[in-house]
Amino acid sequence: MDELIRILSYFVGIAAFLGLNLAYLGWVERKGAGHIQRRIGPKDVGPYGLLQPLADGLKLMSKQLVVPDNADRLLYMSAPVLAMVATVILFVTIPWGENLVPREFDYGLIMIFAVASAAGLSILLGGWASGNKYSLIAGTRAVSQSVAFEIPMLITAITIVMITGTMNLNEIIRSQSGMFWNWNVFALDKSILMPISFLVFFVCSMAEINRAPFDLGEAESELVAGYITEYGGMGFGLFMMAEYGNMMIGASLTTILFLGGWQCPFGLFPGPHWFLLKMYFLIWTIVWIRWTYPRTTLWGLLNLSWKYLIPFSLVNLLVTALFIKVF
Amino acid sequence: MSGYFSYLLNGIKSLAIGLKITNKEFLTRPITLQYPHESVKMAPRYRGHIELLMDSETGTHTCISCGMCQKGCPSNCITVKSKKVPGVKGKVLTAYILDFTTCSLCGQCVENCKPAAIDFSNEYNLASTRKEDFVFDLLQKLHPEGVPEPKVDPALLKKEQEKIEAAAKAAAEKKEAAAKAATEKEGEGGEKAEGKS
Repeated sequence: MDELIRILSYFVGIAAFLGLNLAYLGWVERKGAGHIQRRIGPKDVGPYGLLQPLADGLKLMSKQLVVPDNADRLLYMSAPVLAMVATVILFVTIPWGENLVPREFDYGLIMIFAVASAAGLSILLGGWASGNKYSLIAGTRAVSQSVAFEIPMLITAITIVMITGTMNLNEIIRSQSGMFWNWNVFALDKSILMPISFLVFFVCSMAEINRAPFDLGEAESELVAGYITEYGGMGFGLFMMAEYGNMMIGASLTTILFLGGWQCPFGLFPGPHWFLLKMYFLIWTIVWIRWTYPRTTLWGLLNLSWKYLIPFSLVNLLVTALFIKVF
Repeated sequence: MSGYFSYLLNGIKSLAIGLKITNKEFLTRPITLQYPHESVKMAPRYRGHIELLMDSETGTHTCISCGMCQKGCPSNCITVKSKKVPGVKGKVLTAYILDFTTCSLCGQCVENCKPAAIDFSNEYNLASTRKEDFVFDLLQKLHPEGVPEPKVDPALLKKEQEKIEAAAKAAAEKKEAAAKAATEKEGEGGEKAEGKS
């Protein structure tokens, strides 16, 4: 019975939290994009356009689901659902506070990487099932991108596991307690390359969640809208929500592994507020980056991964091993 | 291998500069103008359609209805209508019709205007689905609440009336004289006529 209540409260809580966040991250993104380009952004629906996400949501929900003629009906309908399911499952292991974890796994880090691959799969599935050449190209691109960036991301995560000696996300956070120089990003005594490692991980997480400048799966200028070209109504809505959800996961994971999760920078009053503060800061950085840089080419993307991120993460792995052995 | 690190460092540097620029733009005020609600103040020398200028002394236009604008207009889009009012010097403008659909904004009318009664307006918010909306009566535009009656000069009116009376008198006298002459001639003429018939 307890178990059932726990599961139910997780679903209700995460649905409310996700729904609110996805809606208002969209608003933040549009408003931020506007102000970066010296426009105003949404302003007419409600004060400062605050009811705009509600209006958009209602519009998406009231639209008819159209399945294209060439589409594989079953896969076409299930791809956005798969994307959203993967996102909801990913939130299971995120420790928002010391005692605020939906489910504390000993292998939480592995679980996140495993389920996050399903997000890439859903993009490939959606792209293929649409029966549209643009969508298919976008799907294959997204997969090659996923494969290229998962390697440095995993290697960087392994360095963290080597330092902390656990894959339990809450334990990883606990090991970074105290002042902010104990955070993994500043832990120069554990590996001199840790700040670089943080950058590598952040860039990889941005590429994994298909955010600009790595949004080759969407690439409006070449591929119409990539894998969501044929989707309308709530199919599109679910993909959009999954994208913002993955953005939150990417920011949370970076927060957990490098910025000390719910730890306070000065060792006072740790709690979920610090976690949310760091996560939203990273999300804002992702939005800021999106509206600053143009999209990379596929060549530039793979070049970055294979020539820079993978060698750097490997070197960091070796340096960490050396530090562990020597000190 | 050469250039590997310099390429990386240059890349990071340029990316950081990009972030700095967008951050600066984010913190400055937006320059968006909510057009239907607010609009740009036009430059004073903007050449919109022509308008009659308000003369602050008389409270109305200074047009003398000479029609030079109408004559000079290459597109024939100006029609000046005027009439004579007793007691007022010169002609009185009754309608100044501008067909803006054919106007090419060449400015010949403004250059031709001796009393400088017309000039380009600053109006640019002109949009309509009907052609007739672009035929303006500039006199109505100048006095939307109603065109004021022209000021009658009593001395001039008296003079004019005297003149009219004098003219009438002269005409009557002339007529009388003509009638007299006719009656004098009637005898001969009548006989002639009778003879002819």
